[in-house]
Amino acid sequence: MPVANPLADLIAEKGVLLADGATGTNLFAMGLEAGDAPELWNEDQPEKIRKLHRDFVDAGSDIILTNSFGGTRHRLKLHHAQDRVFDLNKRAAEIAREIADAAPRKVIVAGSVGPTGELLIPLGALSYEAAVEAFVEQMEGLKAGGADVAWIETMSSGDEIKAACEAANKVGMPYTYTASFDTAGKTMMGIHPKDIHGLEGDVSEKPVAVGANCGVGASDILSSLLDMTAAKPGAAIIVKGNCGIPEFRGSEIYYSGTPPLMAEYARLAVDAGATIIGGCCGTACDHLKAMREAIDTHKKGEKPSLEAIVEKVGPFRNKTAGTGEDTPQRERRGGRRKG
Amino acid sequence: MSEDDIILSELADDELVLQMHDDLYDGLKEEIEEATRILLDRGWQPYEVLTEALVEGMRIVGEDFRDGILFVPEVLLSANAMKAGMFILRPLLVETGAPKLGKMVIGTVKGDIHDIGKNLVGMMMEGAGFDVIDLGINNPVENYLAAIEEHQPDIVGMSALLTTTMPYMKVVIDTMKEKGIRDDFVVLVGGAPLNEEFGKAVGADAYCRDAAVAVETAKEYMKRRHNQAQSA
Repeated sequence: MPVANPLADLIAEKGVLLADGATGTNLFAMGLEAGDAPELWNEDQPEKIRKLHRDFVDAGSDIILTNSFGGTRHRLKLHHAQDRVFDLNKRAAEIAREIADAAPRKVIVAGSVGPTGELLIPLGALSYEAAVEAFVEQMEGLKAGGADVAWIETMSSGDEIKAACEAANKVGMPYTYTASFDTAGKTMMGIHPKDIHGLEGDVSEKPVAVGANCGVGASDILSSLLDMTAAKPGAAIIVKGNCGIPEFRGSEIYYSGTPPLMAEYARLAVDAGATIIGGCCGTACDHLKAMREAIDTHKKGEKPSLEAIVEKVGPFRNKTAGTGEDTPQRERRGGRRKG
Repeated sequence: MSEDDIILSELADDELVLQMHDDLYDGLKEEIEEATRILLDRGWQPYEVLTEALVEGMRIVGEDFRDGILFVPEVLLSANAMKAGMFILRPLLVETGAPKLGKMVIGTVKGDIHDIGKNLVGMMMEGAGFDVIDLGINNPVENYLAAIEEHQPDIVGMSALLTTTMPYMKVVIDTMKEKGIRDDFVVLVGGAPLNEEFGKAVGADAYCRDAAVAVETAKEYMKRRHNQAQSA
């Protein structure tokens, strides 16, 4: 029997979905201390996590992400919580489930799965098998708590994405994955947006959607989106971009994006072919409300040009973004070559 | 030309140094070890091998990382090759009393386990002639304070990769201010989500975009401190 897939059903019903905003930024605003693990709040401050989700639902989100981004044992061990992986993730999903079920419309609970923070062999010490195991452990908790889909995000390594996708298959959850294109237009490990498709490898269940999140700002992620849709027309693509650029004012971090700018970003994302649109770091409820209205009232237009993106949401942070030029190369002397 | 065609010991010094730059770029650890030994056998000073071959080679790697030609996997292999060369040179540098520019305590802040950039900065700083005390990852403010007390560094370096951990830099600097020791040290910060404004806002002396910039900035501050100490 095929796995139930409420996310795919909702995409079929609505066409374009609004995901949620920033978890970290909004929890800081509620008093989370820098360096502390947000996941511990699932048990210590569940009321605040409920409020986070409820506010996103009220702002119009079709998808809410559980507070479990750093929920693998490799990250929880920093906070001596590596033995609480199943419970913390289950709790994260239960809280989101409760809010989603109380909503007046269908809301998807996406179980957030972030990177382990470890490098895989041969670059680091973590074996591929151990990575799969860590993701399985986390996803089992998310599934038990009622998550509809495993939401693999902010990834940079192809191996780690593959490991997480294999884990979702093992656990029997529908899944999506997104990468952070934050280094000269690619992920820090060197994945280009056009190569985002098919990273799940040879598994029987394919991702519901793939895409980009976080990164360096609204303009750059839209440029990545154009590359992703061009590489596989018709694929369901996610963009969940940061709300501008982080700035410090006094003792708090602010992001430069305004609600009108994020609404413009949402319209351009629709035009560029995105299926799921949301915000990442810095995106608050007033931004989401503006994005909801933009998605609901906008009639899909032509794919935007890079010039149109710059004109409407600002310049690219990455100077090579969208120039259409090949990757820069270094002139090499003769002699020894690898590969 | 196949890989076997290059025999390092047959290359003249200047060719060999250029070949080392290439081999560092390609992350060839054994070739770097061999070439380091050859230069030492030919009577090069350990400090010359370090600066002209290894540090210069890593400078090129750093430049291409900045320009989006190389990415983290390649840079890690290069850093590994550099480390192998450093391993040979380190005891010799101590023996020969190579110039010391200053001392740095460096660590990734609390809640953050990312150490690629920090390790690279540590290695380049060591290569440039700094004593480096590496506190590793996930450091609460107490770790920085204890290391400052114990090692009396000139420079304190902090690294973070996450937007959720970078604000912790301000916690460390504010605590240093409370204790009245902030101005006794040069504080440098770095990490992918940071920028210059962020560095200023948290109260650091400088934000360093990459390892090469960190070395240049550190040298610059050491020069200033030196001048101030003389004029005082």
